[in-house]
Amino acid sequence: MIETDILIIGAGPTGLFTVFEAGLLKLKCHLIDALPQPGGQLTEIYPKKPIYDIPGFPEVLAGDLVKNLMEQIEIFKPGFTLGERAETIEKLEDGKFLVTTNRGTKHKAPIIAIAGGLGSFEPRKPPIENISAFEERGVEYMVRDPEMFAEKKIVISGGGDSALDWTIYLADLADEITLVHRRQGFRGAPDSVQKVKELDAAEKINLITEAQVTGVSGETALEQVVIRKNNGDLIEKKTDFFIPLFGLSPKLGPIANWGLHLEKNAILVDTFDYQTNIPGIFAIGDINTYPGKLKLILCGFHEATLMCQSAYKIINPEKKLSFKYTTVTGIKGIES
Amino acid sequence: MEETIQIAVIDREDQKHDIIIPLDIDLNLMEVCKAEGLPVEGTCGGMALCSTCHCYIQSNHILRQASDAEEDMLDQAFDVLENSRLGCQIKISSELNGLVVKLAPESL
Repeated sequence: MIETDILIIGAGPTGLFTVFEAGLLKLKCHLIDALPQPGGQLTEIYPKKPIYDIPGFPEVLAGDLVKNLMEQIEIFKPGFTLGERAETIEKLEDGKFLVTTNRGTKHKAPIIAIAGGLGSFEPRKPPIENISAFEERGVEYMVRDPEMFAEKKIVISGGGDSALDWTIYLADLADEITLVHRRQGFRGAPDSVQKVKELDAAEKINLITEAQVTGVSGETALEQVVIRKNNGDLIEKKTDFFIPLFGLSPKLGPIANWGLHLEKNAILVDTFDYQTNIPGIFAIGDINTYPGKLKLILCGFHEATLMCQSAYKIINPEKKLSFKYTTVTGIKGIES
Repeated sequence: MEETIQIAVIDREDQKHDIIIPLDIDLNLMEVCKAEGLPVEGTCGGMALCSTCHCYIQSNHILRQASDAEEDMLDQAFDVLENSRLGCQIKISSELNGLVVKLAPESL
């Protein structure tokens, strides 16, 4: 069991800066993130893109901003649970919250700060009728254990690097492999594109371009997919597995079921301290909404700062909080 | 006199929305749709990184060719056709007067 003062869900810029503001008030933080590294969208989607509206930085690369934030909060020794998604929350008898991840890691804290940005990044699912009925029964959105595809018939769909890489990797292992892509050209690494074309020429794989998978069917498990060519022709293909690889997209996910008031996929908060309808649970950064909301990193920083003041008062109801400037008092780390 | 153009956006229920757009504030098609309250997510904020503003160009306007980044992202979208584009990569300009676009189906 991990215990902390503020449990932050989401290790993007807002979540990371919360550690700093909490640290100034001597509150300890622990962060959970579904991605395997801190930084959220900045690291996952656009690490090499410049940001121009961080006060004091005329231009900063997203990846560098995350690096700087990690450096800034190091003194406060935050804990991290990475690569796991916050799944359930319950309120314990002592008034604290218990948050459990999809892998069963348990976290206990009196304050929850949801800084989940756009949500957790999940594989994008194609809009094919009944596809969810075959999940884990032949439809896989990522390759976790390649051995399960040994000697099987596989259909992969997509045109990016992961579709190409797995087609190449599984070509030797599988009994039969078919790659379906919407156009003739591929945007993956040139080496991989070349290799896939060679495998196709050598008849080690079936390459079907200008087509997409439009149907899945089977008794209990997947048995067949329907591939529609752009010219309208339909191909029925027997298969054991269908692996659609269309990248990741953010989803609000399990947080949507935590009893928080939502508006258009965002969590409604009070702008006094960014608290949600459940006392002790705050929502800051891109994931919250209120009249006049702007999804900006700098607004997330502001929200995190005000939120920590209320968090302190909830944790220390009898203490009076006197506000101090870092320039006057410096910063003191937290003893681990 | 403020310069404007008019375009038509057809939503996923085949409802047509005529929209008048001012040219002086440098909008893109995704932003126009959001401002109009149409169900376009624009999750990534317009960096051609999410494909939630996928749409079909239905009029005969000649648009600037899609960049590699846009094509990459269309590879990750569904129901992609010849006339598929990402709304966020279409800058509103006077040449687009009379443009007709249809929103692509939402992915799950």
